[in-house]
Amino acid sequence: MSKKTHNIIVRVALLLVLVLVACLISSCGQKKEEPAATEAPKAEDVITLKIAHIGPLTGPAAVYGNATSNGGQIAADEINAAGGKYRIEYKTYDDTHDAEIALNCYNKAMDDGAQMIVGTTTTSPCIAVSAQAAKDRTFMLTPSASSTEVTKDKDNMYQICFTDPAQGTASAEYIAQNGLPTKVAVIYNNADAYSTGIYQTFVDKAKELNLEVVSETTFQDNTKDFTVQVNDAKAAGAELVFLPIYYGPASMILQTAAQIDYKPVWFGVDGMDGILDIEGFDKSLAEGVLLLTPFSADAKDEKTQNFVATYQKNYNAIPNQFAADAYDAVYALVAAAEKAGITSDMKAADCCDKLIAAMQEIKVEGVTGTMSWSANGEVTKTPTAVVIKDGKYVGFNN
Amino acid sequence: MDFLFNLVNGLSLGSIYAIIALGYTMVYGIAKMLNFAHGDVIMVGAYISFCAFQYWGLPPLPSVLAAMIFCTVLGVFIERLAYRPLRSATSLAVLITAIGMSYLLQNVALLIFKSDPKNYPGQIIDLPGLSLFGGQLKISGVTLLTIIANIVIMILLTLFINRTKLGKAMRCVSEDRGAAELMGISVNRTISVTFAIGSALAAIAGVLLCSAYPIFDPYTGSMPGIKAFTAAVFGGIGSIPGAMVGGLLLGVIEILGRAYISTQLADAIVFAVLIIVLLVKPSGLLGKQVREKV
Repeated sequence: MSKKTHNIIVRVALLLVLVLVACLISSCGQKKEEPAATEAPKAEDVITLKIAHIGPLTGPAAVYGNATSNGGQIAADEINAAGGKYRIEYKTYDDTHDAEIALNCYNKAMDDGAQMIVGTTTTSPCIAVSAQAAKDRTFMLTPSASSTEVTKDKDNMYQICFTDPAQGTASAEYIAQNGLPTKVAVIYNNADAYSTGIYQTFVDKAKELNLEVVSETTFQDNTKDFTVQVNDAKAAGAELVFLPIYYGPASMILQTAAQIDYKPVWFGVDGMDGILDIEGFDKSLAEGVLLLTPFSADAKDEKTQNFVATYQKNYNAIPNQFAADAYDAVYALVAAAEKAGITSDMKAADCCDKLIAAMQEIKVEGVTGTMSWSANGEVTKTPTAVVIKDGKYVGFNN
Repeated sequence: MDFLFNLVNGLSLGSIYAIIALGYTMVYGIAKMLNFAHGDVIMVGAYISFCAFQYWGLPPLPSVLAAMIFCTVLGVFIERLAYRPLRSATSLAVLITAIGMSYLLQNVALLIFKSDPKNYPGQIIDLPGLSLFGGQLKISGVTLLTIIANIVIMILLTLFINRTKLGKAMRCVSEDRGAAELMGISVNRTISVTFAIGSALAAIAGVLLCSAYPIFDPYTGSMPGIKAFTAAVFGGIGSIPGAMVGGLLLGVIEILGRAYISTQLADAIVFAVLIIVLLVKPSGLLGKQVREKV
């Protein structure tokens, strides 16, 4: 090996070390936000619940994971500050929206002694983790993973959000009942279980309600060009476009439509939440976009207003539906734990069956509505819609 | 009219593939390696021009220049650090290194810029579009610029490689590295220059890509990178006009396939066409048939 090559190898090594150090520093930075693990005094009558939250703090779905992390944290802080019977240790594990990493996070959380899990935030990781958790007997309550695959054949898995089929059905009903245009186009991501799931039930329900679906087009992750899909909807004369997709592609679709002067009513579901947070996005393009959500940050009830105020103070942003779902998830878990008589020293497997029984009995009034749960883990609550007005979410028809 | 509309969009997408493919094909032709980090240099170019415009307050053209300069330096740096020490290693080792470099760039970008998608400012390329047939067919300024830039870059590159001394050196290195070195050509310098040009092209591609399709994140470069690599193989890897033809065809097939056959099968159609072409003409549309000496 020549001296020169040797030098270069040394330089490469140095570079790698630098990158590693950078990674370490940044992960340290994240850890600081987590609460100190030993803040609860171990008094006899105080019960500490160890709740692990798994969600993507980085990666393509980070907007959702950060929202659920923050929302849950607020609930935990409130419960700890109130000084009641329960103390919450709430710790977030970053799964980067990857099923394999999510499993590692789950194992890590179990090693850390977690008793129950809020999560995971996104659907595909949740399917993977819930399967493992069902085997291990660990109770999970996801704020936002909405596929039926998440709860299917797993008695330990509960949802705060609507399931995908429920979102599709509810969207079609909402459109039919609120005087919205009935000539409808759908653009969905056929590489995504979430998107196809909602699409399927939406189309079935639309047929039943005499909505005319005039254009159905698809795209895949990484699709850059949406001209064909948008043009198809335009050419078919659709007056409302249903977008059961995430906000990234949705914002591309809005921009493509603006280029060809196409102005239908846009109707999205929970994945659309986040569109206003894209840096540099021209919010006027999202003006009038409707989205089906159980949470509206401008609702007048005291609970919502307190939550929104705290969220704004702590994170300098208006909470979206995901944050609200996670906030409710922590409260729901505490309610279930109370009903089930969970104590600090119980292991995850000891809590599981007790929590399952308790979940079906409790009724929780949260910021996303009054919730109760059926034995298959699905939630019952009323859907509402919000509309984007002047760059903000405003309640629609209320 | 719909057909023309789709055709124009296909050409627009194809031109972007073509510019990216030019970078792939140049590096492959001269350094005989697949630089899989090329797609991610595009992403870096997009971020640098975005930051220059949005945060540092530079006007559009200097923002693009800043991106080009940064990417040029980055490209040379990557070659120096990661690829040059492997010059005599097996091509598989180089390939793996390139894939590793691709992930490194993505993850460093994730660390710095976070994963939330950003919207590329439309003001960087703010050109009036064309309105044809009484406003029925609109071609955006970005599309026109992409197509023109593509042709200009292809001509300049061809001239550079055929008419200049450095270009001649590149052809020599491409043909026979050992003999070129014996003739007094600095192989390392020639390959560095190749990477510099390829990376500057990547920066331009990044700006054009994000101007046409404005939502971008640290993974933005990877899929267009793979498609452009396909385009380069399609047209005949190593051939500059081949990259251009391959890129344009790929874009047009993708859009027309999506419009007239199925939105679900667009990518499958693209790759099916690739397979058929390679079965009939293994060296690609414009690739040179090189006989292996036994």
